[in-house]
Amino acid sequence: MTLTLTLREPPALPLQAEVLTPDRLAGARRTEIEALEVWHGNERAQLGELFDVSGDGDDDVRVEGDLSRVKLVGAAMSTGRLTVAGPVGMHAGTGMTGGELQVEGDAGDWAGAGMLGGRLVVRGSAGRQLGGVYAGDRAGMRGGEIVVHGDAGEQAGAGLRRGLIGVAGRVGAAAGLRMLAGTIVALGGLGARAGAGMRRGSIVTMAPATPPATFIFACTYRPPFLALYLRRLRALGLAVSDEQLDGRYDRWSGDGLELCRGEILILEDRRA
Amino acid sequence: MKLHDAEIVDTFAEAFPMWGARVVITAETPEWALEAGRSMTGFATSVIGCKCEASIERELGPGETPDGRPGVTALLFAMDREGVGKRLVERVGQTVLTCPTTACFNGIEAEKTVDVGGQLRFFGDGFQASKVLEGRRYWRVPVMEGEFLVEERFGVVEGVAGGNIIIFAREHATALRAAQAAASAMHQVEGAIMPFPGGIARSGSKVGSRYGALSASTNDAMCPTLRGQVAHTDVPADVEAVFEIVIDGLALEPVREMMRRGLIAAAQAGASHVTAGNYGGNLGPHHIHLRELVP
Repeated sequence: MTLTLTLREPPALPLQAEVLTPDRLAGARRTEIEALEVWHGNERAQLGELFDVSGDGDDDVRVEGDLSRVKLVGAAMSTGRLTVAGPVGMHAGTGMTGGELQVEGDAGDWAGAGMLGGRLVVRGSAGRQLGGVYAGDRAGMRGGEIVVHGDAGEQAGAGLRRGLIGVAGRVGAAAGLRMLAGTIVALGGLGARAGAGMRRGSIVTMAPATPPATFIFACTYRPPFLALYLRRLRALGLAVSDEQLDGRYDRWSGDGLELCRGEILILEDRRA
Repeated sequence: MKLHDAEIVDTFAEAFPMWGARVVITAETPEWALEAGRSMTGFATSVIGCKCEASIERELGPGETPDGRPGVTALLFAMDREGVGKRLVERVGQTVLTCPTTACFNGIEAEKTVDVGGQLRFFGDGFQASKVLEGRRYWRVPVMEGEFLVEERFGVVEGVAGGNIIIFAREHATALRAAQAAASAMHQVEGAIMPFPGGIARSGSKVGSRYGALSASTNDAMCPTLRGQVAHTDVPADVEAVFEIVIDGLALEPVREMMRRGLIAAAQAGASHVTAGNYGGNLGPHHIHLRELVP
């Protein structure tokens, strides 16, 4: 059986609810769950004042309602499965180390920022700084997987050090900004300035793109590692085509202003 | 015991522990995968002279490999884990890295691992790059063709080496046909290999030699030509040729199963006798009795 929390009505003020994780909820008694503290605006509140609690479960938690103003859902979660049956607010899954967070609607800014492990799946679109880096941190996402079935906003994968970000749609400007390593796959295309300041790592796109002027064209080839990544994204539910799996990619090395050890891989445009 | 017209000698194969790894090699075509697999497992018939024993285990379809390309799996065995690691670095580095279109992956999930890609990456001279996917690290080594992809760590397990059957026949052609039939039937078993050419050894050895520098020499008791010269022979009077099939496996069961299939196939194909080699039970902990394999 699944533990289900239902938000009675969208909160008037933003709700900060980092307690909404399987780590805190799974296996707890209803009274314990209802007594968990959250911040509603600048006031403390108890979870039970805002959510109805039903069912129980060892590591499977479902949260229902419009959570677009609820922040930090699944933050730092380490285990289990948390499903948000609708949209979720900012910082969902930030710093998570394990388990799986499923968002059936859109996710706000900073989803999966600083993530260390586990999997974040967004059925809708994600906001800015998907898997991004908080000011003052050395790196953003450092492990795990993020899969977005819609689009992603600006600076997806900023400061990325390790892990995989796969986006079915378009990714906004400055994807992989100052990334250190890791992989971003944007099946639907990249915005401007992708990879600006990147040191290592891979940004992959299936749509025509113009890398920043500080990237240097290397060759067109079939990167062997990419088959593994694209097959993984296909297994995770993204529509990766056979043409993309078997395709040749233009390799651009950059950023020339940094180590020039990173790459942007662009599926060869056969119409050209 | 009789099976078809063959006498199955009531004896046992004496097998002993050896460490093994499974290598998955993929390539753009099945031919290139096979080429790389053959090169990697070449000159690996006996640990005595080759430092390891290796052979292709089976061919893989595109749906069975990590990168969706055709491939082969090969098993490699050495006396200890360190030996497996060293031989893999040497052989993958010299034969798979160098072979057009290939990539190389670990084929065993095991608690113990050895570093392979993490050593071969240095061929990249600083231009290598790593990728981590689902907890496994891969190295991308730039080469003239493009890139060589190799997994960093390969699992190693304590396997079983020294399984064997020895096939006799009254005519050389029959003996070879029976051995080939046995090898063909045995090749279908996963998790074990026959490291000699075509799976068959014509030169089984005994421990030691009259020459001090040699640790092994011809098994004179099994040589038909020496029947009149040695004090003891194991070759029956009407036997013209003898072949041995040696088996190494990742576990005992595939070795037993290979022996069972080989024994039956050899008997069906005209072998006059099937026996097995052992050291009197003093060397290895695994004794595989032929009588237990006869259907």
